[in-house]
Amino acid sequence: MAAPATSKSRAPDASIVEVHTRYLRQMTLIRRFEEKAGEAYSLGKIGGFCHLYIGQEAVAVGVMAALRGDDYVIAAYREHGHALARGLSPRSVMAELFGKATGCSSGKGGSMHLFDREHRFMGGHGIVGGQIPLGAGIAFATKYQGGDQVCACFFGEAAANIGAFHEALNMASLWGLPVVFLCENNGYGMGTAVARASAVVDLSRKGTAYGMVAEAVDGQSVLAVRQAMDRAVVRARTEMQPTLLELRTYRYVGHSMSDAAHGTYRTKEEVEEYRRRDPINVLADQMRAGRYLDDVAFKALNDEVLAEVEDAYEFADRSADPDPSQLFADVYARGPGKVS
Amino acid sequence: MATITYRDALNQALREEMRRDDKVFLMGEEVGEYHGAYKVSRGLLEEFGAKRVIDTPIAELGFTGIGVGAAMVGLRPIIEMMTFNFALLAIDQIVNSAAKMRYMSGGQFGCPIVFRGPGGSALQLGAQHSQAFESWYAHIPGLKVVTPATPADAKGLLKSAIRDDDPVVFIEGEMLYNTKGEVPEDEYTIPLGKADIKRDGKDVTIVCHSKTVTQALKAAEQLATENIAAEVLDLRTIRPLDTDAILKSVAKTNRCVVAEEGWEFAGIGAQVVDVIQREIFDALDAPVLRVTGADVPMPYNKLLEKAAKVDAAKIIVAAKRVLYLA
Repeated sequence: MAAPATSKSRAPDASIVEVHTRYLRQMTLIRRFEEKAGEAYSLGKIGGFCHLYIGQEAVAVGVMAALRGDDYVIAAYREHGHALARGLSPRSVMAELFGKATGCSSGKGGSMHLFDREHRFMGGHGIVGGQIPLGAGIAFATKYQGGDQVCACFFGEAAANIGAFHEALNMASLWGLPVVFLCENNGYGMGTAVARASAVVDLSRKGTAYGMVAEAVDGQSVLAVRQAMDRAVVRARTEMQPTLLELRTYRYVGHSMSDAAHGTYRTKEEVEEYRRRDPINVLADQMRAGRYLDDVAFKALNDEVLAEVEDAYEFADRSADPDPSQLFADVYARGPGKVS
Repeated sequence: MATITYRDALNQALREEMRRDDKVFLMGEEVGEYHGAYKVSRGLLEEFGAKRVIDTPIAELGFTGIGVGAAMVGLRPIIEMMTFNFALLAIDQIVNSAAKMRYMSGGQFGCPIVFRGPGGSALQLGAQHSQAFESWYAHIPGLKVVTPATPADAKGLLKSAIRDDDPVVFIEGEMLYNTKGEVPEDEYTIPLGKADIKRDGKDVTIVCHSKTVTQALKAAEQLATENIAAEVLDLRTIRPLDTDAILKSVAKTNRCVVAEEGWEFAGIGAQVVDVIQREIFDALDAPVLRVTGADVPMPYNKLLEKAAKVDAAKIIVAAKRVLYLA
């Protein structure tokens, strides 16, 4: 990964322009997608729980950029952004949020359970920390079969307090599994601030207990995330060693759609403070400074993304519900389970 | 046919399936160097090496989840629970991950995995080490639940469980490991979901599984001396439940007792009774009775423990009551 161009005297490298533009586009896509999802939720098009990723986009985009197509990704329930950054189509993700047959999980998963075999997207998982051992298990299978794929395993910082995290990190380190544990520290587990939940607030230190290389990363800088992930991927792919990355980020929105953005557990000022280091602006400012982004180009990119999100919304809206016959499909590998 | 122990029958199944398919591996506490807490995995580390016979730290939730993750991408893990009492620590991964993976992914990711180990009542191990959990797992769509009673069934059913494309909870009878029985010399499997008549009879059906099969057979023997012909129907698989076999037997005998080591409330017997009353109500000559573990945590004291556990005498009393002889 090349460093961003800083010199005004030199035209930026074409590949840097291409790469940064791609990151900017992906982050903007996630932002606009999530705004639209929030709108659809208010209209009753999306039901149940819906956890938006607004503010954390640099993490998913920076991590995915370091992966190969045959690597694996597993995440928690705030995973719309991860799915999009991994390359799932906005149509299939939005349709899943709408519960439609055209959704990536055929309408049976919903917001918290996005899956896609083709992209090796191994799910959104709804029990805090539950996916951490699963990620280690996917990496175990890779090693068992002599492959060189890496598993990127995302979870929120609140999951670093649960047993599954500690047990998985211990075994991943003990057995040298090619997994990268990605702790997205957005400051709050629902409404509980990190310092009220964890005796150790410098969460990357939790890797030390398991002899694991760990690093705290500026999660608002997509380039910093990409660089840290590059290092972790090399460690996993070539050295069969796991890494713990703590990605320091922030969500602007509430924990879920039923939670106000601020009020009971954090102040409006705090949210505004973090918005000043918005991950999209951080990269856009860098690109402007390097003179390979201007307002016209940024607006064009945004318009393009808006059209894509609009298309996804319309696709989801007009898609059919799953056929009622699907109720009993896929409980078991062969036919419905006979209970009695 | 060779006469071998239940323990050795399970060992043969593991060995044969690991030889047949290199995607099969065994993971759990003490399964390797120690040969398993109940010696079921004796010799497997020596034959298959540490790559496929994996000793874990004491971390049921973690290694169960690792198994489920490995199964999602095509391996066929066998996760040994030192006992199912400890599987409570892993039940989130069994219920929320393994059982639901295929459904919530819209059929994209299956989970061909076996969770196996001893369950049921033991001998003076007290409240936390002596309990039956099959009804817990049988409650969950997406899981299959198997509870073999004999060495031959243990081997044939475990081989089928390992080859199955769905998650199977395979609960071995903790008190059965040393029991002996004939096991075919040639390779065989027993399909999941098929009950087995362990003894023919015409007067009363005793539905049972795992250790209660032994007790039901003993009861049937005693009843025979009093000219009562009890049919012993071993469920073998709890989910999917072989309702056809249950209905066929009870339609013949018109009377039924359901025995299980677990507690009465929401137990396996409740489901069996429901099916019978719903499907063949008119065939019944008496209400179906249940023999279950007493509704208490298992006591340590020998006398109290005996009072809490199912035995042949309690089955005999129930059988006589449905025959209006007691």
